[in-house]
Amino acid sequence: MDKRYLSDMELGQAATIIDVTQESADDSIARRLRDLGFIKGEEVKLVTYGPLGRDPLLVQIGFTRFALRVSEASRVEVQ
Amino acid sequence: MTTLRIALVGNPNSGKTALFNQLTGSRQKVANYPGVTVEKKSGVLRLGNDRVCEILDLPGAYSFDTESLDEMVTRDICLGHVSGEKRPDVIVCVVDATNLRLHLRFALEVRALGIPMVIALNMSDAAKKRGIKIDVDSLSSKLGLEIIETVAVRKNGAEKLISQMRQNLPKVNTAVLELGDYHHEVRQLIADHVVMPSKTSKLDDVMDRIFLHPLAGLLILASIMFLMFQAVFAWAAPFMEMIDAGIGGFGQIAESVLPEGPLRDLVIEGLIGGVGSVVIFLPQILFLFLFILILEESGYLPRAAFLLDRFMVGAGLSGRSFIPLLSSFACAIPGIIATRTIQDPRDRLTTILVAPLMTCSARLPVYALLIAAFIPDQVVWGLFNLQGLTLFALYAAGILSAMGVAFVMKKVNGGGHTQTLLLELPSYRLPSPRDVLIGLWERGRLFIVRVGTVILSITVILWVLSTYPTPPDGWVGVPIEYSIAGRIGNAIEWIFQPLGFNWQICVALIPGLAAREVAVSALGTVYAISATIEDPTAQLLPIVSVDWTFATGMSLLVWYIFAPQCLATLAVIKKETQSWKTVLVATTYLFGLAYLASLLTYQIFS
Repeated sequence: MDKRYLSDMELGQAATIIDVTQESADDSIARRLRDLGFIKGEEVKLVTYGPLGRDPLLVQIGFTRFALRVSEASRVEVQ
Repeated sequence: MTTLRIALVGNPNSGKTALFNQLTGSRQKVANYPGVTVEKKSGVLRLGNDRVCEILDLPGAYSFDTESLDEMVTRDICLGHVSGEKRPDVIVCVVDATNLRLHLRFALEVRALGIPMVIALNMSDAAKKRGIKIDVDSLSSKLGLEIIETVAVRKNGAEKLISQMRQNLPKVNTAVLELGDYHHEVRQLIADHVVMPSKTSKLDDVMDRIFLHPLAGLLILASIMFLMFQAVFAWAAPFMEMIDAGIGGFGQIAESVLPEGPLRDLVIEGLIGGVGSVVIFLPQILFLFLFILILEESGYLPRAAFLLDRFMVGAGLSGRSFIPLLSSFACAIPGIIATRTIQDPRDRLTTILVAPLMTCSARLPVYALLIAAFIPDQVVWGLFNLQGLTLFALYAAGILSAMGVAFVMKKVNGGGHTQTLLLELPSYRLPSPRDVLIGLWERGRLFIVRVGTVILSITVILWVLSTYPTPPDGWVGVPIEYSIAGRIGNAIEWIFQPLGFNWQICVALIPGLAAREVAVSALGTVYAISATIEDPTAQLLPIVSVDWTFATGMSLLVWYIFAPQCLATLAVIKKETQSWKTVLVATTYLFGLAYLASLLTYQIFS
């Protein structure tokens, strides 16, 4: 099966994080995502999109809501 | 006397600053950390007996493993790595009880620094309301840290915190200092000591459904913006008139007290006139900040950034640029200062460079004069007033050109650079009047001090330039023409001739450097209107509309959309970026745009 990412999720859908992809050896965005709680086993939910072109995304993780651009969300692999 | 140094550390949106306000009241000092533009907030708290505490409100941080300037400063201050800054004796780590998953992780990172520390469990009232049960005692002993429940907007939590400090310093529990998987640890801690009925607050869910709705959300945002502009331009007007009258009163007192001569002229025309022309914008700026602070405290601002992000990215900016650019409609100076909240250095630079293109209120007197002189007061398309439409077009031209410039800048130096958003949307909160007032006071003071010093020195210099040398007896013409400024104006006329500017306009452009609206009173001086006249615009109107061609009027209007005429703005750009190169870039591109646009306008209309 193809890999699925946070940016592929449907509105209102929840999923479990598998991993955050490191796009380069020193990917500060990936590191920051992990610090903010985007880690293996954590549940995420896609709450809503921005008004234009499904970007940015609003996701719920833990007790917190974050706005992520698609470019950031596409680092988060989910199932 | 022993001074205890206490640092407040915590995630953004943990209520840290509210707690700081509660502890220090208005006894706060805002400065910059040496060499960086990160704001340093400190305050003093007296504990009775002989103890005085210095309390630091460190910038909010999510993590210490960071490239963000704010977070690095917070980490380095805690570790005592900033020269001239003593390492804090105690850290108070502020943790939002409704957001433990995120905040406890950071608390563990702070704990690993090995500095004596207590945890302030903030928003404990909101947590109780949501049915969140935290076993404070067991959590405290597991963490090896004292936990004090606080409600940042109420006094008793802060008092408990203080009495804790008064008794004795917390010890470092070295047994818990090992580095580990913080996420794993937090998950365990929450499972063991916290009961959470639901992950989100029902109220937040409902409000986000409304405020972030693709259509309703944008309409609400537009209405809020409209109300804000209404406040800045209409509600502030009576206060501005009061200040204007006050300044006039000062002028009259100075006129009656001081003997006739250069000193009196300097005080009246230079000091009172120059500084007065800036102080008059204080009500507008305070109204603007009142709105911004309420929106910020309530948690709405990040939502606005979320809604607008895609639009701003299209133009090479970021959702975070929204607030600074909004502030720039009152004055570019607070706008440029507000870019500190933009973490990405490139986004920040772009925002700083385009902020002067937002039509600040200082341009309004110039626009008002020119529109009244050249645009007929008539209704077009059965609905719109042509003068109002022109004003709207000038605002729109500023915004559109800012988008264009930002877009070009992105193309020039953006390349494959990925910009980040990663913005937390905190819980909605009712803003506390106390925090809003303290914020208003701080920002108002900052504006007055910064602008006061810069404007004061510039106006004095420009006054000297436009006064000396004084013309000899029998000089025909206006005195300013004989002065250095007048000669410069005459000397540069050939540069501006293609734009349709006559020498009078060129002369007025020079004192207009201090602040744009000064150009109007300078024109008054050039056309030999007595400086004591109440309203120079009314006197100038007939002269200008006869003496200038329509093309000249339009050309000057367009000039003011772009012109880098305000030295105070350039001074703030220097201060905020620590770079003369940026100032040079800003000045050159604004001047170039202004020149080209005016040239085009003049050639089209003449």
